[in-house]
This record gives sequence, structure tokens and C-alpha cells, in this order.
Amino acid sequence: MSLILASINYWVTIILMIGGLYIVVAHGNMVKKLVGLGIFQTSVYLLFLSPGKILGGTAPIISEKFEVYSNPLPHVLILTAIVVGVATIALGMALVVRINEAYGTIEDDEVHEMEQE
Amino acid sequence: MVAAVIGVIRSRNLFVVVILGGIYSFLMATVMVALDAVDVAMTEAAVGAGMSTVLLLAVLGLVKTREAPLRHSPFIPLLVCFLTGAVLIYGTLDLPPFGRQDTPTNQHVAPYYIKNSVKETGSPNIVTAVLASYRGYDTLGETTVIFTGGIGVLILLSTSRRRREKQSSKKDSLT
Repeated sequence: MSLILASINYWVTIILMIGGLYIVVAHGNMVKKLVGLGIFQTSVYLLFLSPGKILGGTAPIISEKFEVYSNPLPHVLILTAIVVGVATIALGMALVVRINEAYGTIEDDEVHEMEQE
Repeated sequence: MVAAVIGVIRSRNLFVVVILGGIYSFLMATVMVALDAVDVAMTEAAVGAGMSTVLLLAVLGLVKTREAPLRHSPFIPLLVCFLTGAVLIYGTLDLPPFGRQDTPTNQHVAPYYIKNSVKETGSPNIVTAVLASYRGYDTLGETTVIFTGGIGVLILLSTSRRRREKQSSKKDSLT
């Protein structure tokens, strides 16, 4: 029981991560792949943030009323990661729009077949 | 959150997929508030749930909104995913337990930031102090990445527009 409570955050992270990975690997639709990539990314945020939480602590904004603060360093790293993640997704969507113009479809398999012909 | 992810996997309608992705992102923001990461939660709600969803909906205005059914069996990807998950869960057995102050992750530079950031930078919000002052070069790199991403998007979309104009002018000259 204590083991489950001690690492439940990691297990939730892993379940979300596997869901995102499955969408990216198994599905051929590119918009869906991008959503899956986003889910995978968000699970990584959780992986970084959850070890920084201290039970009984508060958000890392200095005040005289509080003594214990959660770890601020993962927050900074993940702030950077969120913004970079949006940049990658925007670039991916521009590629999807271009592929749709060139091939008329956004399914992986159909694009591959057209290339073969 | 897990339900939203399963919905994304099952649904063939891409509008449903995108909106469920937005819901998932917003739920993640509430989880982040519970984990004391208020700045991150705000950014995730604005950028992850807001911006990404709007951009994806804009793309859906240009492409087909139904996903074609899967052509090959999902067995091999499922196997790969479950194997990866099993290995990762095996890896978590060595990670520090949740919510404790004496773990290595919470002992390195974090106490230094908490103790000295007000004295050295004058900002009561430690996240701001670290982002703008201690790790300012990281933030500079981040803006460089966004700049590169923006240029990439502009180049990709502008070439397509130019081609379309050329085609239409060719048609005009033919008729």
C-alpha cells in the first residue's frame, strides 16, 4: 500500500504516456498524431512536476506566513518546455497543411501509396 | 484525464479528438495547481488548452475531418506500448517517493533558490526569479526556438501560397 501511494504519480504519468505513444504509433491520421504528441508531452510535464511537490508545502511565492515551499526548479523548466512544445506543434500543423495541399489527404498510408505510384 | 485520452484514441471524428485534447490539457492544468505549480498551470491553460486547440481547429478547417479506419491490426503497436510501459514501471521502483522533502530532487539547488532569491533578485515569486535571472540564458534559448518555429511556419505556408498564385495566373493566361 505504501509503495502504491509513494509512486502513484509516476504510474499515472506512465499510463498517459503510453496512451500518447499508442496514438502516435498506431494511428495514420496526422492531426490525431499531433494530438497524441501533445498528450505525450503533457505527461512528461507531470513526470517533472510531481517529484517537486512537497506534501504540506505551498506554491513557491515567498511570504511570511509559510515555511515550506515546493521545488521551484521543475516549474521553470516546464514553463520553457510548454512554450517550446507549442512551437513544435505549430510547425507540425504547418507541415500537415502543406501535405494536404500536395496530396489532398492527411492519412499516412494514402500518402505512402501515392509516393509508390 | 485517462478517460479523455481513451476518448481521443477511440474517436474517429477529428473535431471530437481536438476538443477532448483541449479538455485533457485543462484537466492537466488543474492537476498542476494541486501540485503547487501555479505559474505552469496558468501557462498550460492559456497556451496548451487555448492556443493549441485554436490552431488545431484552424487546421481542421482546411483538411478532411474524418479519420480513415485503421488498415493494419493494432496488435504490434499495442505490444510495443505495453512493453515500454512495463519497463518504465519497473524503472519507477527506484525513484524517490512522492511528496517528501528529503529526496535528492528537492535537495540540490532548490533550497538555495528558496533561501536567497528575494535577497538577490528582489522578486517574491521564485519561479520568476529563476526564469529571468538565474537561468536567463535558458529563456533566451527558448525565445530563439520559438523564433525558429515561427520562421519555419511562415516559410512553409508562404511557398504554398506562392505556388497557388502561379497556378491561377497560368490558368488565366490559358483562357
